Amino acid sequence: MTTLTDAPKESFRPSMLLYDSRYRAITIQIVALIGFLTLFGWLINNTAQNLADLGKEPSFGFLGESAGYDINQKLIDYQNQDTHLRAAFVGLLNTLLVALLGCIAATVVGVLVGVLRLSHNWIVARLMTIYVEMFRNVPVLLWIVFSMAVLIETLPAPRDFRGDSPEASMLLNDSVALTNRGFYIPEPLFSRSLGDIHLFGASSLRFDVSLDLIAILSTLIAGFLVSGLLVKRANRIQAATGDRPKTWYWQLGVIVVPTAAILAVLGFHLGYPELKGFNFQGGTYMRNSLIALWLALSLYTAAFIAEIVRAGILAISKGQTEAAAALGLRQSRIMRLVILPQALRVIIPPLISQYLNLTKNSSLAIAVGYMDITGTLMGITLNQTGRELETVLLTMLIYLTISLTISSVMNVYNNAVKLKER
Amino acid sequence: MKDVSYVRTEMLPEQDPPASTSGVIGWMRQNLFDGISNSILTLASLAFIYWVLSHFIPWFWSPTWSGGSLNQCREIVAEAGKESGACWGVINERWPQILYGFYPQELRWRPNLAFALMFVALIPILFSMISRRMNWFLLALVLFVATLFVGSGWLLIVAQIALVAAMVWTGWQIVTINGADRAEQIKGGAKRLPNPLFFTATYVFLMPWLLWGGSIWAPIATALGFAVGWLAYRLLSPIIGGLGALIVAIIAPVIWWLFLVGPVAAGINAILPIELEPVQSRYFGGLLLSITIGVVAIAVSLPLGIILALGRQSDLLLVKWMSVGFIEFIRGVPLITLLFVASFLLNVFMPPGTNFDIILRVIIMATLFSAAYIAEVVRGGLAALPKGQYEAADALGLDYWKAQRLIIMPQALKISIPGIVSTFIGLFKDTTLVSIIGLLDPIGLSNSIRADVNWNGIVWELYGFIALLFFIFTFSMSRYSMYLERRLRTDHR
Repeated sequence: MTTLTDAPKESFRPSMLLYDSRYRAITIQIVALIGFLTLFGWLINNTAQNLADLGKEPSFGFLGESAGYDINQKLIDYQNQDTHLRAAFVGLLNTLLVALLGCIAATVVGVLVGVLRLSHNWIVARLMTIYVEMFRNVPVLLWIVFSMAVLIETLPAPRDFRGDSPEASMLLNDSVALTNRGFYIPEPLFSRSLGDIHLFGASSLRFDVSLDLIAILSTLIAGFLVSGLLVKRANRIQAATGDRPKTWYWQLGVIVVPTAAILAVLGFHLGYPELKGFNFQGGTYMRNSLIALWLALSLYTAAFIAEIVRAGILAISKGQTEAAAALGLRQSRIMRLVILPQALRVIIPPLISQYLNLTKNSSLAIAVGYMDITGTLMGITLNQTGRELETVLLTMLIYLTISLTISSVMNVYNNAVKLKER
Repeated sequence: MKDVSYVRTEMLPEQDPPASTSGVIGWMRQNLFDGISNSILTLASLAFIYWVLSHFIPWFWSPTWSGGSLNQCREIVAEAGKESGACWGVINERWPQILYGFYPQELRWRPNLAFALMFVALIPILFSMISRRMNWFLLALVLFVATLFVGSGWLLIVAQIALVAAMVWTGWQIVTINGADRAEQIKGGAKRLPNPLFFTATYVFLMPWLLWGGSIWAPIATALGFAVGWLAYRLLSPIIGGLGALIVAIIAPVIWWLFLVGPVAAGINAILPIELEPVQSRYFGGLLLSITIGVVAIAVSLPLGIILALGRQSDLLLVKWMSVGFIEFIRGVPLITLLFVASFLLNVFMPPGTNFDIILRVIIMATLFSAAYIAEVVRGGLAALPKGQYEAADALGLDYWKAQRLIIMPQALKISIPGIVSTFIGLFKDTTLVSIIGLLDPIGLSNSIRADVNWNGIVWELYGFIALLFFIFTFSMSRYSMYLERRLRTDHR
């Protein structure tokens, strides 16, 4: 007779924690966790002790105190008796402003250079290579300080515009003044303005939204929607009859005419900068630090974007172009319908990470005195309040939020366009 | 009927292709004047190039090397009858500062030697085609040249004689035995020269000593920490088993570094003082500072980044989360915030009373920064490897680390070379950010030079010079990466 017995039960030995693969993973993770917590606890303990020795209990109360410094370039109203929080908010908007301007300019220049670098024209291709290598291989901070220095040293001072025979003159029919203090450009004004909405009352985050802007933007968006409908209708007709009705003048009309109408209703006109006394008055003033930062960041990032665009176009195999040509598509349609949709899948992810880099590099504004979030919160506020820990952490948190937002948008996009392999 | 058909019976002689499709003209027609728009582009580019050069060359060619201030330069240019010209006096006066910062002038042989030795130490890592004999010959040569500038004394003469002997010996071998013969000899069991990587390992401890000076026993005692760990493992593993010995071998060097290095080094130094004059960090500046920070951060961030990438790819959830958290945090914030941490907060994070060097603090943060980016690049390389490679390694019975070391990493790193090198280039460029926290790298110095009364208003010459310095380094790094890719390419195209 045979009896069925269980295999002898293996007793647990401590060495199994390391040599038995069933337990080893857990052991390693627990050791890693303990190590991590110990390190973290040690750092926090040290910090608490050091701060207590200095008599600086961590607190964010300073954000509510009066800042007491001026900010020379601002998008929203701010006086020096406003709070540090308000100053940080102004700085954040300045960061976003230069990031947005920079991304637009960098994309335009980058795409142009990237495409031209693939040009058959030998000289143009070489010139673009020189541009790319020149900007990629020199630190961006150098470009920023250099642009600032060039603006200050080479452009005329406002006083040079004075007198009967001035040394310098304004451009474009006396509407734009390029001075070493910054650029003065015409500003949009509305004589029958709808006024502003005041958000957040009188708090530090108060924010005015111009109703004029909302009206114009909604008209534009509505125009684009209608023009989209027109295209759809044209597609339908083309599918049914084979003939595509001409729609471009209708498309243009539904966008331009209502926009022009609303501008007329609002009494849109431009306010030109004028020389009064020793400086220009009126118009929109873009400080030289903003211009220098914008210029340097966009030209620097454009060099990287050019390489991304070039790589994206080269990544599409020649067979695609040839197949499209065999179908009888013409050159412009091959680009628009076959190459670009595929190249964009390759181009967009690194492109967005370049936008992210540009936004992070905009923190170098502090080197030329542009008051972005680094210049306000981590610059003057830090120096005035002595709250190193809190300001640096807050600044990091803000940048982290911006970065994570952009990269989560990128992930959504990536999932939408990625090749669906089944 | 007359037959009109005609059959040629002899070959026509070969004719040259039409002049318009061959030679210079053909090339120009194809590449420059291919259609109207292309021709316009070409003419516009030529006009642009002419415009740039016609301004640049006369400006560049200006005899102002000896100008002592911007005004003197302008006088010289006016005397030469030119409208505008570069003021090279500022480069003439300030180039030592842009290169070395405020490093004491009589001690500048030390950074020079350190960087000459750095190239020798890098040879075995970077270039496989340079033989060991050549490497040792170069080392002896660099050291001999250095001895000529150091000073005098009988000890130095002995060293010089030894170095000359070494040079003659290795040089004689290089001249008399060619590479192929030498390879035969080695195959036949001839004794080889020691691996130059030994010098590379030594250099890691030599470089800080040369740059910062102080007692030689401090780096030696630090290096001894590794020997302590090795000894502990060797002696204890027969007694308490491999695991216990391993734990001791990790703990013992840490104790050594934390508590014993200082007293031991000081003790030996009291008996046998071998010292270089110490140079404090605040005298470091210029390109010297950029290279110091860049090189150390590059060297440390690569292994750290690989470990982070492995952590992120790991099956161990906790390890994975920690790696992801670290990488995403670092990549989400600008470097300048991390440098502010180095400048303001790192001392606050340490036990009360610690106050360690600002350059070291910056290096730590720059290393962490670059490691996160390297980790992402290496992760891309790991992801690009076909799954079959992992499975094949498992099927061979290799454990995790062996599989990584022998199968996965060599391939993944090869794929990620361009990304790794461009991260390094980025890091080297980003060392300029230290000027914002008050260190005097070339850009920090440029601000103070431009604030000088003599040079107030100078722009192009100064920034052009600094840009050129950086360009030389970054451009050669990118060319090296292309060379490396070609060398490691195993697919046949």
